[in-house]
Amino acid sequence: MSLLQKVGVSAENLEPQETGKYIGKPISRVDGRAKVTGNAKYAAEFNVGTGILHGFVISSPIAKGKITAVNIRQALSQKGVLTVFTHLNVPGLAWFDRSYRDQDAPPGGSPFRPLQSDEILFSQQPIALVVAETFELARYAATLVHFEYEVKEELSVGLEQNLDKAKKPEKHRFPVPKPRGDAEKALKESAFTVEEDYYHGYEHHNPMEMFASTVIYGDDDRLTIYDKTQGVLNSQSYIKSVFGLSDDKARVISPFMGGGFGSGLRPQYQLYMAVLASLELKRSVKVVLTRQQMFSFGHRPATLQKIALGASADGKLQAIINKCVSETSTFEEYTENIVNWSGQMYQCDNVLLDHQLVPLDLYTPLDMRAPGGVTGMYALEIAIDELAVKAGIDPLEFRLMNYAEKDQNLDKPFSSKELRECYRQGAERFGWSKRNPQAGATVEGNNLVGWGVATGCWEANQMPSRAKAMLSADGKLTVGCATADIGTGTYTVMTQIAAEVLGVAMEDVLFKLGDSVLPMSPLQGGSWTMATVGSAVKLVCDDMKTKLFKLAKQLENSPFSNIKEEDVIFSDSRIQLKADTQKYLTFSEVLQKSEVNYLETDTTSLPNMLEQNKYSRFTHSAVFVEVKVDKDLGTVHVTRVVDAVAAGRIINTKTARSQILGGVVWGISMALHEDTVMDNNFGRFMNHNLAEYHVPVNADIKDIDVIFVEEHDDIVNPLGVKGLGEIGIVGVAAAVSNAIYHATGKRLRNLPMQLDQLL
Amino acid sequence: MNKFTFVRVDSPDAAIAELDEHYSPKFIAGGTNLLDLMKENVECPDHLIDINHLAFNKIEDSPGGGLRLGALVTNADTAWNQEVEKRYPLLSQAILAGASPQLRNMATNGGNLMQRTRCYYFYDTATPCNKREPGSGCSAIGGYNRILGILGTSEQCIATHPSDMCVALAALGATVNVTGKNGNRIIPFADFHRLPGDRPDLDNTLDAGDIVTSIDLPNEDFTSYYKYLKIRDRASYAFALVSVAAALKMEDGKIKEARLALGGVAHKPWRSNEAEVLLAGNTANKDSFEKAADVILQGAKGYGDNTFKIELAKRAIVRALTEAAGLEEQA
Ligand SMILES: Cc1cc2nc3c(=O)[nH]c(=O)nc-3n(C[C@H](O)[C@H](O)[C@H](O)COP(=O)(O)OP(=O)(O)OC[C@H]3O[C@@H](n4cnc5c(N)ncnc54)[C@H](O)[C@@H]3O)c2cc1C
Ligand code: SF4
Repeated sequence: MSLLQKVGVSAENLEPQETGKYIGKPISRVDGRAKVTGNAKYAAEFNVGTGILHGFVISSPIAKGKITAVNIRQALSQKGVLTVFTHLNVPGLAWFDRSYRDQDAPPGGSPFRPLQSDEILFSQQPIALVVAETFELARYAATLVHFEYEVKEELSVGLEQNLDKAKKPEKHRFPVPKPRGDAEKALKESAFTVEEDYYHGYEHHNPMEMFASTVIYGDDDRLTIYDKTQGVLNSQSYIKSVFGLSDDKARVISPFMGGGFGSGLRPQYQLYMAVLASLELKRSVKVVLTRQQMFSFGHRPATLQKIALGASADGKLQAIINKCVSETSTFEEYTENIVNWSGQMYQCDNVLLDHQLVPLDLYTPLDMRAPGGVTGMYALEIAIDELAVKAGIDPLEFRLMNYAEKDQNLDKPFSSKELRECYRQGAERFGWSKRNPQAGATVEGNNLVGWGVATGCWEANQMPSRAKAMLSADGKLTVGCATADIGTGTYTVMTQIAAEVLGVAMEDVLFKLGDSVLPMSPLQGGSWTMATVGSAVKLVCDDMKTKLFKLAKQLENSPFSNIKEEDVIFSDSRIQLKADTQKYLTFSEVLQKSEVNYLETDTTSLPNMLEQNKYSRFTHSAVFVEVKVDKDLGTVHVTRVVDAVAAGRIINTKTARSQILGGVVWGISMALHEDTVMDNNFGRFMNHNLAEYHVPVNADIKDIDVIFVEEHDDIVNPLGVKGLGEIGIVGVAAAVSNAIYHATGKRLRNLPMQLDQLL
Repeated sequence: MNKFTFVRVDSPDAAIAELDEHYSPKFIAGGTNLLDLMKENVECPDHLIDINHLAFNKIEDSPGGGLRLGALVTNADTAWNQEVEKRYPLLSQAILAGASPQLRNMATNGGNLMQRTRCYYFYDTATPCNKREPGSGCSAIGGYNRILGILGTSEQCIATHPSDMCVALAALGATVNVTGKNGNRIIPFADFHRLPGDRPDLDNTLDAGDIVTSIDLPNEDFTSYYKYLKIRDRASYAFALVSVAAALKMEDGKIKEARLALGGVAHKPWRSNEAEVLLAGNTANKDSFEKAADVILQGAKGYGDNTFKIELAKRAIVRALTEAAGLEEQA
């Protein structure tokens, strides 16, 4: 380990021409084979050693009240059942709320503490953990535990029924910009106006893999924890602070994740439960949630946006008002950026934004793919379409007429914004110019055909991150960082960057992630991993080059003794003279001749905030959608999508395209299918399984065409990348709604847009 | 899920004999419905009797000149069977509109008849449900009922029978062959499933321990004018909001005989003799289809979230009959 750790903003930017051997290529996943052959192990699949115990969580049947009695006798009488943890026998744990506040916890509030009180705060609240020798036994014994409750009848569960309780959050994670101009006055004076409500209900992440934690109880009470998480360090610090453990007592590992979508940004309660049981019983314990229990924690909050827009007679936006109410729990204030987009997307001098929260008797909402963005943009982009129709202007033309050249929310220029090019290329590929402006005019048999467009937008952030690298004498490079691969392709793209920067073959690079012993990285979310970890990997490999070169220079008869680093290139595992590529040393030669087994380096990459803060940094997209709506039956099929995305440099065109495809599919899902159904009498989500919680099936998905629009950005980060995890979903639901309007003349503003809205 | 014992039997007698030995025994065929219900603690059998090895595993000619479908033949093998495709294409269409290929590969014909409602509350033991726990109340009335019934409902239960296959079987006038402690019985399809009334816990008219052995399809020709139309919230792998099985015999643009049954709307496949009589002898056109729809939907009642089904069913009937009559190409 080097003593002098390099901290920096990264040496220099990746040159545009460095779209080289690996970067910018459609490279298949390095972990693809392991995944399809079942060799990639997930949290519940680690069966280290024998004698592992299984915990089964009991969920509350009531939404609000108190547990008045618990009877565990019958459960305990089963041979093989070790114990049942409830609020009555859980040991004293951390006292203060801050110990339970993980990296993605809302500011303030009191994070939920499983099994620490008789109080029931939400339906399906975990109220007991049954621990037994087999999963089947634990599950059976769970049916033998009897609870009595005092049920509180008055429930607040529906957003629309509780709007009177709306209030401003104490701390907003994304402060709402102050009003600019006088939006109400400008609205009154506008030639064309739209004033409508836009609603969407609860949605759950539902990744394929259930939440699971396998805790291996080792020597000296050391815990090795295989957890389903988007941040091993987040899980580790949570466990450490809640259970009072030191760093070396809890190692968290998560090599693969069967889908996150934000659900793994907070440690879920199975982690707490498994660690609790393991520490108490001094045994290894596994806890896996059921699909039903996947509906028992965070979700995309139900949201109501009241939008008013005004335009002048010549189609210029004069006023934008978005007053939004969304839900949170009674114990935390969950906020997301829903309304700020309304003040940023279009040139408009009069803007009034507001965001309030209604506390409901539900678990705290949780970031879900493009949290807030997908919500705010769907409402805004339908409203814009409505205004364009009123003004008699083509909706794409209308957007171009009101294009924002700078971010008026922040009064800053964009670091780059090729949205205009997205509109142009997307329209061309889609054939937008052939669109009949008349709604309801295109008929094919029993189907009405409609075309719609919408804009997408998402943040392009970079966070601090560390990375370390080790080059061994056989020329193999290992790079490590505690980030995660939640299915996005992190393993692959980081391997590409390392190979490209150091000039080695990808096969010679091993990228390690998902282990709390690796160098710090932030949570895997927010579409910042490429920018953040990618920059750290670049920095550490740049640093490795310097170290290697220094070593090479010191060799006896070194061909580089009088040469500067700028005058050599690192390629094909060699250092070679720029001027004469026949003069080179292989990396192995350098190490072997220096009698060094390996070279190590550890760096911290920091975003250049001074420079970045001068700009507003976002990814943009233009989504074009064709729908066919059965004129009598109201069934909607999305038959064609073109999504043109400007996201800076594309490191891997294959995994990038997959991200956008997945995002678009989810956008269609959000538009037409997804809906967690609440029973207002019981305060309980009722369709808690994948037969009734609908996501699209293959038959729902037709043609999706992805375009990456070239975009050069020197500001966002040294790689010039912007991240693609979320942009694909943003705007799709609006484009579908706009297409349905164009097909039928009916404007749908409630998600999901199911057929009964069209009868 | 509770603890249970398991036995595999190879004759109906052995299966029936197993019944007396246990407190709450259940037959298991494909298991695609029963196991889900066991995992949710909705069904808690203490003993599973695996009937997959009984000899009711063939599709063969029936004594009356029709076709006999063994109760243990899978839905997939039935739908793709050449005789079924040729002589009862409506049935193939209906089966293939249901579930997913994987499920159809496991699901049996007997199990399909016996599958239970998909009412959310029935599946969730945290909520009252008269079907699951008689007398506890019906949570769906006044609760969330988008997928539930509009016809033949009772104050006790508004559940639907979720099968697609059964809607076609009802339209085709199938009969169900059953064996049990009291010997063999033949049950006309219309009498197999029942309405909830004040006994919503009973889905059908079988006696405890009866085994469905086969289903007989009568020797009739509905091979030219037929349509199974299923309307659902996604393109596949979803239960019907409304489905229509329509089959016609036509002569010179006139309907000679009609069969019409609805799925997704009632506790049983909903067939109306009156509507069929009304169609017979009429010209196949929108007007007569709408009249038939009004007749079959007489007395339909919405419960809020599902009220749209009344209008949807009407439109679906018109569409299905239009396509069946060949007035429009099948979608
Ligand atoms: C996600 C999902 C989606 C589905 N979608 C559809 C759909 O769209 N349309 C549709 O029609 N169906 C659908 N199904 C239901 C499926 O068709 C049924 O689960 C299946 O037909 C049941 O058959 P089985 O052999 O698996 O029955 P099992 O699960 O083995 O048994 C079901 C019940 O029938 C009893 N039983 C079985 N055989 C006999 C017999 N011979 N005699 C007496 N009793 C018997 C059992 O005791 C049990 O009570 C879906 C199922 C799932 C899980
Ligand atoms: S409709 Fe029937 S199955 Fe559903 S809750 Fe009511 S009684 Fe139970």
